[in-house]
Amino acid sequence: MSNKANTIHNSLPCDRDFSKKSFKLTQQKDKKGRIILTVIASLFVGVANGLFGGGGGMLVIPIFTILLGLEEKLAHSSAILTILPLSLVSGIVYIVQGNFSIPDGLWVGGGVIIGGLIGTFVMKKLSNNVLKIVFYTLMIIAGVSTLVKNFGG
Amino acid sequence: MQIFLLILAGIIGGIIGGMGMGGGTLLIPILTIFLNVPQKNAQAINLVAFIPMAIIVTIINIKRKGIDYKSVLLVAAPALVTSVISALLVRKISSKALSIGFAIFLIILGVTMMIDTMRKCIYAYMNKCKEEYIHND
Repeated sequence: MSNKANTIHNSLPCDRDFSKKSFKLTQQKDKKGRIILTVIASLFVGVANGLFGGGGGMLVIPIFTILLGLEEKLAHSSAILTILPLSLVSGIVYIVQGNFSIPDGLWVGGGVIIGGLIGTFVMKKLSNNVLKIVFYTLMIIAGVSTLVKNFGG
Repeated sequence: MQIFLLILAGIIGGIIGGMGMGGGTLLIPILTIFLNVPQKNAQAINLVAFIPMAIIVTIINIKRKGIDYKSVLLVAAPALVTSVISALLVRKISSKALSIGFAIFLIILGVTMMIDTMRKCIYAYMNKCKEEYIHND
């Protein structure tokens, strides 16, 4: 490597490979500590799933990638299976408490299956960072709208 | 018309969920804001609607991408305990309080994920620049 390349290599903060998350935790070899952290973080996943009826999956992804060092694709497929039993159990509690209306729920459920298959097969190629930023923007707007609806009447 | 809108809301939530970006986080506000479904009912719909989709996608994923069962068990077991407890607590929380809590949760999640994605974009771009610079040298 020439001098010039060496200089830029050392002066920019991109001398590490940032394509992977290089958090301290992934480098940390303390396996016990990581497992304890995972269990604690998992408790919050359960709270999100039970209390808010969703959003647990988004919390599971960083647990898998940062704390347990799974690859992004493997983390996504494992996250869906992780949330499945949680939704099943919480769903039953919601149904027993009388919060599930049969016709509405079934229509939405049918739509989710169709959309889910489209998302898994067709839209996979579109899953880039720009789309993610659009999606997170929508999420923030949805949050603000919900607040406005609660306080603004 | 309402039925059509409910199916449409499901499809939008499903597409985002299938892409692995957390469909529920958008399906619930669509249901409450546009279709006037009460917060608790929207949450119940999201939980139940996720189940068949998750089963189908998991069956496909087992063959296509594989699943890390050890990690699944490590996270699912403790989460299962708190999810039951918090689902039982929902009855004691008013719909309004729950809705406000959910909104704050959405905003925090959205902002955090947005920053994380932007950070990844910038780093990916910097790495590309660095490589080009070294190659052109």
